[in-house]
Amino acid sequence: MMPLQIEPFKVYKESPKLEWIKKSGLGIFLVGVFFLLVSLTGTAMIMPNLFLFLSFGLSIIGAVIYSLPVIWEAPAGIKNNKIFFNSFTSGIIIISFYFFLYWFPSFIGNWIRLVDPISTFLRGEKADRWFLYGTFYTLAVLFMGLKMIIKYRHSRYHLIRTFSVMFFQLGFAYLIPSLLIMFNKPEHYFSYFWPLKYDYLFPGSVHYLTHTAGALGYFMVFWGIIMTFIVVPVFSYFFGKRWYCSWVCGCGGLAETAGDPFRHLSDKSLKAWKIERWTIHSVLVFIIVTTALLWINSATGGKTLGGLSHTFSAVYGFLIGAVFSGITGVGFYPVLGSRVWCRFGCPLAAILGLFQRFKSKFRITTNGGHCISCGNCSTYCEMGIDVRAYAQRKQNIIRSSCVGCGICAAVCPRGVLRLENGPEKGRYNVVLDDQLMDLNQ
Amino acid sequence: MHNLVIIGNGIAGVTTARHVRKMSDMKITIISSETKYFFSRTALMYVYMGQMRFKEIKPYEDWFWTKNNIELIHAHVNSINTDNKTLQLNNGTIISYNKLVISTGSKTNRYGWPGQNLPGVQGLYSWQDVELLEENTRNITHAIIVGGGLIGIELAEMLHSRKIHVTFLVREDLYWGNILPREDSILISRHILEHGFDLKLGTQLKEINAGQNGRVKSVKTDKGEEIICQLVGLTPGVHPNIDLVKNSKVKTAGGVLVNNYLETNIPDVYAAGDCVEFKEREPGRFRFEQLWYTGRMQGEALAQTICGKRTKYDRGVWFNSAKFLDIEYQTYGFVAAQPREGETNFYWEHKSGKKAVRFVFRNDDHSLVGMNTFGIRYRHELFDKWIKNKKSIEYILEHLPQANFDPEFFEKHEGEIITEFNRQNPEVNLKLKSKRGLKDLLSKELA
Repeated sequence: MMPLQIEPFKVYKESPKLEWIKKSGLGIFLVGVFFLLVSLTGTAMIMPNLFLFLSFGLSIIGAVIYSLPVIWEAPAGIKNNKIFFNSFTSGIIIISFYFFLYWFPSFIGNWIRLVDPISTFLRGEKADRWFLYGTFYTLAVLFMGLKMIIKYRHSRYHLIRTFSVMFFQLGFAYLIPSLLIMFNKPEHYFSYFWPLKYDYLFPGSVHYLTHTAGALGYFMVFWGIIMTFIVVPVFSYFFGKRWYCSWVCGCGGLAETAGDPFRHLSDKSLKAWKIERWTIHSVLVFIIVTTALLWINSATGGKTLGGLSHTFSAVYGFLIGAVFSGITGVGFYPVLGSRVWCRFGCPLAAILGLFQRFKSKFRITTNGGHCISCGNCSTYCEMGIDVRAYAQRKQNIIRSSCVGCGICAAVCPRGVLRLENGPEKGRYNVVLDDQLMDLNQ
Repeated sequence: MHNLVIIGNGIAGVTTARHVRKMSDMKITIISSETKYFFSRTALMYVYMGQMRFKEIKPYEDWFWTKNNIELIHAHVNSINTDNKTLQLNNGTIISYNKLVISTGSKTNRYGWPGQNLPGVQGLYSWQDVELLEENTRNITHAIIVGGGLIGIELAEMLHSRKIHVTFLVREDLYWGNILPREDSILISRHILEHGFDLKLGTQLKEINAGQNGRVKSVKTDKGEEIICQLVGLTPGVHPNIDLVKNSKVKTAGGVLVNNYLETNIPDVYAAGDCVEFKEREPGRFRFEQLWYTGRMQGEALAQTICGKRTKYDRGVWFNSAKFLDIEYQTYGFVAAQPREGETNFYWEHKSGKKAVRFVFRNDDHSLVGMNTFGIRYRHELFDKWIKNKKSIEYILEHLPQANFDPEFFEKHEGEIITEFNRQNPEVNLKLKSKRGLKDLLSKELA
């Protein structure tokens, strides 16, 4: 018998044409980077719009052209090949950017000038370093979001989720705050709230908003209170903390896009889990105490504590706001993975996590006996959860830190994991049979 | 106090040790010459592909073994003396035991092909094989894989990740044709071709030729074709690794002979996992079971027996799963490669050609015998229950959405599947009776 002739619908392979496209993309990107560096010297001021295009414009166009051919090179499906063979020089670049941004903004002063045309268009005023930062940040989420979409194009869950973080970053964390400035209103981020945006419920901010922005100011304060005290518990009950951490939040947005190539670097050890529980809850306690002190101080006309409470908030602002969430949180992507801040520091994540752990319908379920203990789920968990430890003993994964990104379920080669919202009854299926093999100690 | 020694730290040996520890504080020692620490053998491919490192494929952190008081010895056992209950190790030490578990795994089949031991010819089973593959694939461009099974496709994917061109030689006329029915096999074959591999079905390896450097240069097939290559991956299956046991009083044939309790002919000597051959044939069970899942289940049963609660190994309703490049595969119950008397096959394939389900049911009571699913995840517990309880194909199709385990927002196909069944069987008109999701599942099926 003649062997069967089987015809594939389509054959994917690398081709010289695709290589050529990738190389030209890379070339254009490098030209863009060159102009970005040239702009540091101030030459850009001769023709700002042209230089904006040559630097930002060309880098983005080049990077997009470079990224697209993957679609024609291989069928859809996650390829994490060689991820452990890569070196991480990118980390140094990110860390130094933060360093200059916070402490030596003058060094990157010409970059700030470079984005003036965008700032004038969106906000009606010249750029400052935070606008530059926001622009870089938003571009990173958008471009790396595109890469994410290409990488996970077979999975609707990841497509929708990635669109969502791109939408909230661009709209709620970039365009709306800019437009508010344009219309002479206080710059406000509706996608962030206390305690992540710790000062939004400080007496100073509340006073400022309600006194300078009138009805809009009252709305901003009201919105913040509703989000923190009503939406957070209700949504977390129905969907787990993922509704915020991997769908809305800007920090999460960056981690889920620009951070994707670094997610495997998170520490999975039991020791890291212990440290994480101490640090994240300490930050939460610290911010609650600070906020309370500030209100007491304000209620008593500053008599009880004097300057002390302001020192508290200044210390928090520097240590937690700048060093932890900024430099360590993002700069250390290539060292500790993409969720350092979310895992060890974010006080809002701590609150969401408490709900998820104790009062929620969300869990990750396991599919019977299919686990082969391969470790893909644990490796690619950005929160450093040892997912495998649960999956191999058929136990539901309920962890306060889980941001519900769904990557564990996507990289599992046996289809063992599923993110589900369901009845609370039976959510904790402690596997008696494995009780003595301490997972929790 | 009892002194349990386990030879081999694969899934069967380690599961035995873990479960014994849960029930008893007897002394437990695991000896392995492969690696000191237990790792997931099925994850070896990911190390070569750079998706994980050795560290990541270890299911337990290193402190776990000390904490649970399980001693690990990294050495090779040279001989077993069942008379005075001792083991001779290659480092000169003699270890005594009063209960012994042999779980030495398996070895790659080599069918006596000329040139099969040349440098550049290898199988893929152990950690050492991965290290060797790293050496063997330095700066090479073309590889031949002999044997179309699960290890073969893994090896192909591994090599492809290093941009090495792969040609598959498959003896059967269909890929994995002794396990997969025709349509299923064609679906996978198309996907293999889609990735740009050469797939030569119905083709056997004749001989492997060496070049001037003494390494593999080419292979010759039974069709007379000569194919240039620098690596030959042998993946035509595995056989029990029993060299050690053959020189002892423990009885072997193809593997270590055991009864349904995993007991050998010698009291207090047991065997589990790949190295085992069952003396007693149970309906639907093979003499050799070389799977991760069966190794684990055997270890669980054996631990009971060792701790004094003699327990028969019963693997329950058959299941297995794999991933063929990007296509996931799960199977429940028994699906024969060739349609069997008294059974009907119902097959549905999605228009993309990458998703399919097959149901096999009995003609008399329509109860489900087995199912294969490609590209759609289904719940193990539910199919296990449905097959055990002899649920009919009609019932299962109407309640299929409950068994769906795909991620949220994924396209659902149960409606299409039932429409296709109705089309093929005009006398019935089945309708979906349940929805996907935990609420429906817990209230109706698993309640």
